[in-house]
Amino acid sequence: MGMAAAESRFHVLAVDDNIIDRKLIERLLKTSSYQVTTVDSGSKALEFLGLNEDDRNNSVSPSISTNNHHQELEVNLIITDYCMPGMTGYDLLKKIKESSSLRNIPVVIMSSENDSSRISRCLEEGAEEFFLKPVRQSDLSRLKPHMMKAISKDQKQEKHEEDKDGDEEKEEEIKSQRHQQQQQQHHQQSSPRASGNSKRKAMEDNLSPERTRARYSDIAAMV
Amino acid sequence: MLGWGVEFLRAEMNRLLSLLFHQGVLDEQFLQLQQLQDESSPNFVSEVITIYFHESEKLLRNLRLLLMDKELSDYKKMDIHLNQMMGSSSSIGAKRVRNVCVAFRAASEQNNHAGCLRALELLEHEYCYLKNKLHELFQIEQQRALASGVRYPAQHD
Repeated sequence: MGMAAAESRFHVLAVDDNIIDRKLIERLLKTSSYQVTTVDSGSKALEFLGLNEDDRNNSVSPSISTNNHHQELEVNLIITDYCMPGMTGYDLLKKIKESSSLRNIPVVIMSSENDSSRISRCLEEGAEEFFLKPVRQSDLSRLKPHMMKAISKDQKQEKHEEDKDGDEEKEEEIKSQRHQQQQQQHHQQSSPRASGNSKRKAMEDNLSPERTRARYSDIAAMV
Repeated sequence: MLGWGVEFLRAEMNRLLSLLFHQGVLDEQFLQLQQLQDESSPNFVSEVITIYFHESEKLLRNLRLLLMDKELSDYKKMDIHLNQMMGSSSSIGAKRVRNVCVAFRAASEQNNHAGCLRALELLEHEYCYLKNKLHELFQIEQQRALASGVRYPAQHD
C-alpha cells in the first residue's frame, strides 16, 4: 500500500458487535471517502490501537517496540456502539481518554437508545458526538470538524517542537533558547516525551520534518 | 419475461414498496439502505438483507429453544438475542419486526413465559412476511436488471 495514498484520507475505526451495523457504518464511512477499519469489540479496538489492556497509563508507547504493524495506519476518529457485550462503548471511551497516547483521538458514540443520562455521561467523559441509530449519511458530516481539529492540534504541537531547532526570526530564536533550556532539563530528568501525542510523535520520529509537514498539509488541502 | 418493459417492472417495484411502507412493514431506513447502493457497491442492499435473514433465523431458532422449557427459560439470554434482532431490524428499516421485538422484550423483562411465546409466534409471522416480500422485491429488481440489459440486434446504417 502506497503511503501517499493512505495519508490523503482520514482513517476511521468503527466498533460494533452487530454485523449488520458494522456493514452499514462501513458503507456509510466509505461513501464519505474515509478509510475504514471495523472491529466487533472494544478489546479488539484497543488491540488495533496498540493499547494492551494492562497498559493503562501509556506514556511511553510500548506498542511501538513490539513491532505492531497496525502502527502504520493512524486512526483519526473512533466511532463505537454503546451497547456491546463485555466492554461497552462507554468503557472503551474511558480507556481511550485515560491513555496518554490515544486521548487526542476524537470518539463518537452510537446508540439505539435515546437515553439522556447516557448521552450526557458519554459527553462528559469526552465523546465528541452521540449518534442515534440507525446512523444516517447526514450524521457523518459532523465527523470531519473533529478530525480536522485533532490534526490542527497536532500541527500546533509539531510547530512548537520544530521551533526548538531555533532558526529564522529573532522571536523564534528567543523562544528556541527557552526551549533549549527546557530541553536540557528534560534530558537531565530523562522523562518520556510530553503526553498527548506520544504515539503519533514516536511514529513521526522516523520521518523527516518536511515529509511530516507535507502529510498534514495534504490533509488540510483536501478540505 | 423479456417482453416486460423496464418501466413496467420499475412501477411494479414501486407499487410493492409503497404497499410495504403503507403497511408499516418497512420504514424510511430501507430507503437509506438503497441510497448507499451505487456502482462501487452494486449489490449492497441484497448483501445486507441476506446477512439479516441469516442472523435473524439464527436468533429466532435460539429464542424458540430458550422458551422450550418453562422452568428453565433464560430471560437474560433472550434479552441479548432480542436486542440483536431489534438493532438489526431497525438498521434495515424492518419496522414491524422491530416493534414486535419491543413487545417481546417487555414480556421477557416480566419473565412472562406465555407472553413470550405469543410474542415469538408473532415475531416469526412478521419475519416470514417480511422475508417473502423482500424476496419478491429482489425478484422484480433482478428482472428489471435483466430487461434493461437486453440489447436489440444492432442496426447498422
